[in-house]
Amino acid sequence: MAENKGVMVCGEIIEGKLAPITLEMLGGTRALADTLGEEVSLVLMGSGIGNLASEAIAFGADKVYVVDDPLLADYQTDSYLPVMEKVVRQAAPNILLLGQTAIGRDLAPKLAFRLDTAVAMDCIELSIDPESKLMLGTRPVYGGNARGVYACETRPQMATVRAKAMEPRERDDSGKGEVISIESGLDPSMIRTKIVDKVKEEIVGIKLEDAEVVICGGRGIGSPEAFKDLEALAKLLGGAVGATRPPCDDGWVPSSLQIGLTGKIISPTLYIGVALSGSSQHLAGCTGAKNIIAINKDAEANIFREAQFGVVGDYKKVLPAFAEKLKELLSG
Amino acid sequence: MPNMIVCVKQIADPEAPPGSFRVDEAAKKVLPASGVSQVVSPFDEQAVEAALRIKDAHGGKITVISLGKDFVGDVIKKPLAMGADEMVLLEDAAFEGADSRSTAYALAMAIKKVGEYEVIFCGRQAADWDAGQVGSGIAEFLGIPSVTVAKNVELVDGKVRVERVVTDGYEVVDVSPPVLITVSNELGEPRYPKLKGIMSAKTKPVATWTAQDISADASQLGAAGARAKLLKLFVPVKEAKCEIIEGENPEDAGANLALKLREIKLI
Ligand SMILES: Cc1cc2nc3c(=O)[nH]c(=O)nc-3n(C[C@H](O)[C@H](O)[C@H](O)COP(=O)(O)OP(=O)(O)OC[C@H]3O[C@@H](n4cnc5c(N)ncnc54)[C@H](O)[C@@H]3O)c2cc1C
Ligand SMILES: Nc1ncnc2c1ncn2[C@@H]1O[C@H](COP(=O)(O)O)[C@@H](O)[C@H]1O
Repeated sequence: MAENKGVMVCGEIIEGKLAPITLEMLGGTRALADTLGEEVSLVLMGSGIGNLASEAIAFGADKVYVVDDPLLADYQTDSYLPVMEKVVRQAAPNILLLGQTAIGRDLAPKLAFRLDTAVAMDCIELSIDPESKLMLGTRPVYGGNARGVYACETRPQMATVRAKAMEPRERDDSGKGEVISIESGLDPSMIRTKIVDKVKEEIVGIKLEDAEVVICGGRGIGSPEAFKDLEALAKLLGGAVGATRPPCDDGWVPSSLQIGLTGKIISPTLYIGVALSGSSQHLAGCTGAKNIIAINKDAEANIFREAQFGVVGDYKKVLPAFAEKLKELLSG
Repeated sequence: MPNMIVCVKQIADPEAPPGSFRVDEAAKKVLPASGVSQVVSPFDEQAVEAALRIKDAHGGKITVISLGKDFVGDVIKKPLAMGADEMVLLEDAAFEGADSRSTAYALAMAIKKVGEYEVIFCGRQAADWDAGQVGSGIAEFLGIPSVTVAKNVELVDGKVRVERVVTDGYEVVDVSPPVLITVSNELGEPRYPKLKGIMSAKTKPVATWTAQDISADASQLGAAGARAKLLKLFVPVKEAKCEIIEGENPEDAGANLALKLREIKLI
């Protein structure tokens, strides 16, 4: 399959803009493409999206495939899958990357099976093996307890990339690139699912994924009311509140606050974990945090194996005094 | 009265203490840790729960399928004790060395042999390798639509109505059966088997099928059908260096923590 060339990124669009994960992949794949001496291309699917192609070029795409069709306004497996299949068969990329997002999680495995190749899901690192020239995808397995390095010999070599695993590059409006329009080839009868409603959870304040400070509460917080104290602390530090899975499962906080393997991936400057044990599945979502602080009454809790600083004690006693002192320091 | 199929995988308890986790790097295998029990992968239990809720409301039949080896009877039969009707175990050396693709192929072939189905449920991902591919693969091999990461599934006017979790909310999706749905933890706690269920599980039909029983093409199975290659498996090294902030009492330690954060200019 020597004819397959190029690193292709499947783009995502959020509210009319290129999604952060797409910019990250455009930035991060450059090194892969350069090692192979190949181009970076981006696929954009949506409705009324032509103007985004130049954005993509400014952020590093050499080529942009645009598929513009009202049937692509919302993501549905049955519309995006045949379109991606068509684009990939036409462009024959060597490598194909999608984001580990609601879309990529759904689309990537189906596309891989249809193209009779393999995909490594949720990669945190991608590189090129110097000898075989194959792409190596490193992904957390066993709830983050271990890492697996995967490759495949079929083409395209596919991976989904975890949020924040790559860095976007600086915008460069002098960059040149080619824009190629492709017909979707869709007709409505191909789409077997119908979206009848979309329910959005309102986010007040800073988005968890974007926050520089995250105060995360665990099962030991004990009640929805007690989460209010965490909110006050987050506000004081200009940050956001997150949670482990149990407070979400118990309905103390919305499930959109869940951090971890199956929740949000965060990389704040400061993460304070309160009354949580530090399970591997939770920590899988915060490995990008620059400073981890833990408050837990159990000195043996796993979170102390990950934290830089910790306090062993009942959070109900530790936290108010901590917040009080912070207030004093921040106003002084 | 829908016919439903649920695919469940037996794995080592994913919530075992992280400190007990070891791998054999040379063999690229996870070493069994002492005292860690086998369980039905948690999202798969939720998939069973999703099917049972439909059965509670509309009746129907639930067949559970699992591919693996060294099945522990009491563990793998938990779905029957919860209320599922029949079980098929796929056990054959030909299935070994599978990746997501060859696992999905074998399960799809078994589902074809089971025959009639309106809804197939899988977990969003198996809590060992965390791939999240097999459900989509089964749908692809069977040529049926799929909806992934569901938090609620109902039958409404002959259609399957799925609430699919997306970033910051969910979508409500309608689809006509047959359909494959992958289930997430937002669905809620799976039910505990009752004593009566545990007793009746002992008499429910459990079949064991080999590759031949499901008329599988050997070149698509196990290692032969795999496309993904695991080159390396390792446990990332951690430099344990947590500094415990002390104090006269917990309040004092809390205040000292704030001072520490100021000292290192984090705040
Ligand atoms: C496949 C899979 C995916 C998962 N995905 C996620 C995920 O994305 N995110 C996630 O978070 N979890 C996830 N989980 C669940 C995860 O394994 C753990 O069960 C969960 O993270 C535990 O949450 P916790 O630390 O809050 O609770 P626990 O483990 O129960 O810990 C509570 C801690 O609070 C401490 N504590 C109690 N009271 C106090 C007090 N008054 N003061 C101080 N400390 C106190 C206790 O000492 C204890 O350490 C997943 C599990 C599986 C199997
Ligand atoms: N060996 C297996 N036997 C039965 N079902 C499986 C098996 N492997 C995966 N599945 C199903 O597919 C889902 C996703 O698995 P995976 O793609 O391996 O993460 C699981 O939650 C199960 O429902």
